[in-house]
Amino acid sequence: MPLLEVRNLVTEFHTGAGVVRALDRVSFSLERGRVLGIVGESGSGKSVTAFSLMNLLDAPGRVTAGEIVFGGEDLRAASEKRWRALRGDRMAMVFQDPMMSLNPVLRIGDQLAETVAIHHKLGKAAIHERVLGALRRVGIAAPLERMRAYPHELSGGMRQRVAIANAIINGPDLIIADEPTTALDVTIQAQILYEMKQLVEHSGTALVWITHDIGVVKDLADDLCVMYAGSVIEYGPVAEVIASPRHPYTRGLIDSLPNGGARGQRLYAIPGATPPLLALPAGCAFAPRCGRAAARCASRPPPWEEAGRAFRCFYPLETP
Amino acid sequence: MTTLLQTRALSKTFSPRPSVFARAASNLGLPLRAAPSVYAVDDVTLSVAKGEVLGLVGESGCGKSTVGRMIAGLLPVTSGSLSFEGQDITRAGAERHLKIQMVFQNPYASLNPRQRIDGVVTEAALYHGLVAPRDAPDFCAGLLRKVGLDPSYALRYPHQFSGGQRQRIAIARALALDPEFIVCDEAVSALDVSVQAQVINLFMDLRESRDLTYLFISHNLAVVEYIADRVAVMYLGRIVELADARSVFAAPQHPYTQALIADAPRMGAKVAEHRPIRGELPSPLDPPGGCAFHPRCPHALARCAVERPALALSASGHWTACHLVAAA
Repeated sequence: MPLLEVRNLVTEFHTGAGVVRALDRVSFSLERGRVLGIVGESGSGKSVTAFSLMNLLDAPGRVTAGEIVFGGEDLRAASEKRWRALRGDRMAMVFQDPMMSLNPVLRIGDQLAETVAIHHKLGKAAIHERVLGALRRVGIAAPLERMRAYPHELSGGMRQRVAIANAIINGPDLIIADEPTTALDVTIQAQILYEMKQLVEHSGTALVWITHDIGVVKDLADDLCVMYAGSVIEYGPVAEVIASPRHPYTRGLIDSLPNGGARGQRLYAIPGATPPLLALPAGCAFAPRCGRAAARCASRPPPWEEAGRAFRCFYPLETP
Repeated sequence: MTTLLQTRALSKTFSPRPSVFARAASNLGLPLRAAPSVYAVDDVTLSVAKGEVLGLVGESGCGKSTVGRMIAGLLPVTSGSLSFEGQDITRAGAERHLKIQMVFQNPYASLNPRQRIDGVVTEAALYHGLVAPRDAPDFCAGLLRKVGLDPSYALRYPHQFSGGQRQRIAIARALALDPEFIVCDEAVSALDVSVQAQVINLFMDLRESRDLTYLFISHNLAVVEYIADRVAVMYLGRIVELADARSVFAAPQHPYTQALIADAPRMGAKVAEHRPIRGELPSPLDPPGGCAFHPRCPHALARCAVERPALALSASGHWTACHLVAAA
């Protein structure tokens, strides 16, 4: 049985201007020790997926349908008390901006110690050991000195390491990371990607890594979800999805990445822009930008095909 | 090829303004320790040929935006010189900088939310008398068409546009002064991948149709590899490598360039597999002695900690500031 199973998850925001369906029948599953990458452009629903899974949605956002099964437990039926026990212990989250997730007036060591103490009755010495161990595992040099530092005394990369240490400190079964390296320089990003890969391999934690950059998850993830306008439009093993995408949007996304091999040629660009979620077309949300679209694409949404690779398209690209 | 823009030993130092007490103390002749200065850009010599795209890459804080702002005349130069079309413009006013325009990273911040698009696009041309007020509507419509927008958008406000459309508006504003040279400071970094490709194509089309020259500043190496003819790599305010783009990406000489290229996520490369370079960019307030990169460099020699390597032309045709390359 997979550690996490998400089936037909729907999240809606009831706003003055109408109901925004931010997630539309999102399905995927994740085994222990595996990494799921979620890629998509702004507004595709990647972050809403993370917040829905962690039950962190603010009003007016609400999960309105579907199932989230975590370790055999139906999380949609979980009480707020149960959520407080789960979050930070069995499941943890890393956000894009560590300045938002770290308390600016608490020392690093005290913040991490709090995460342990809330969930486990341990002595001071044992907590101290655990904090030290977590900081070491995320590659922080001189962890004893860093424990006495305040967040503003650390660089952006170091702060994100502390946020990751805070997520792994209780040995969670699942970590959800929402664009954790987007704000960092490439050399620091490469360090964190390398360390995360080691962590997952050694601890057996399952990881959901959300990013807008397919190049970041390409080597890290086992499986890949591609999202567009609130739907997962393609889902499968990462190498297969990249080598032979079935959905025209995935193909377009990969082809529009600039690289040195295409110098002097025009870049492929997907025409148009992502539709606003308040005014989604009746059929496939990608149809107005799609070169393969036919009449039925505009009239009704394509079904979720799960023939080997999962995708949502009436006219998928052939696999070679 | 004629040189359009030339910088010689361009430098920018940011010094804190002394406090009231410090000024009073110095007036009284008391000895006082000066607050440290940041050497944001140090001794940057670059030339850009007419019609060329020069890529300028490096991590945050390396000084690449400061170089761009000095070239565009938005920041005064501390020392060194800047010449354009053979004339010295180091201390020239805005009029001498009209042919050098800039496109910024964030089109949400670079457009005034309360100014209509026709005002955004035509204001500078009207101010400098390049267009008569009665011709402004047609002038605006022509510019919007050039960047692939409908002329009717002139009467809208910035919030009514998507990120990609806003960046097109920012490009139309830059084109309004009929520039020869455009400084693009992370001009496609805030855009989604599918929209980014559209804007890159627009830059390349404009280069063809208007014979434009670009300084393309970006941390995104894949974009620079695609768009640039030559690439300059900066580290802590100085250029560490400068060469033909193909050659920089195929055979980087400086250890920092090598690390940067190996660490950048690209479709053709495996990133999470290799052991990335250690450490972080040092503080420009307290830069390491010798070569600024030596504390992170896997090949550093004793000499690297004491003697700063000069930018020199190596056998491979790269300008490289590294003792190892010079010795080889």
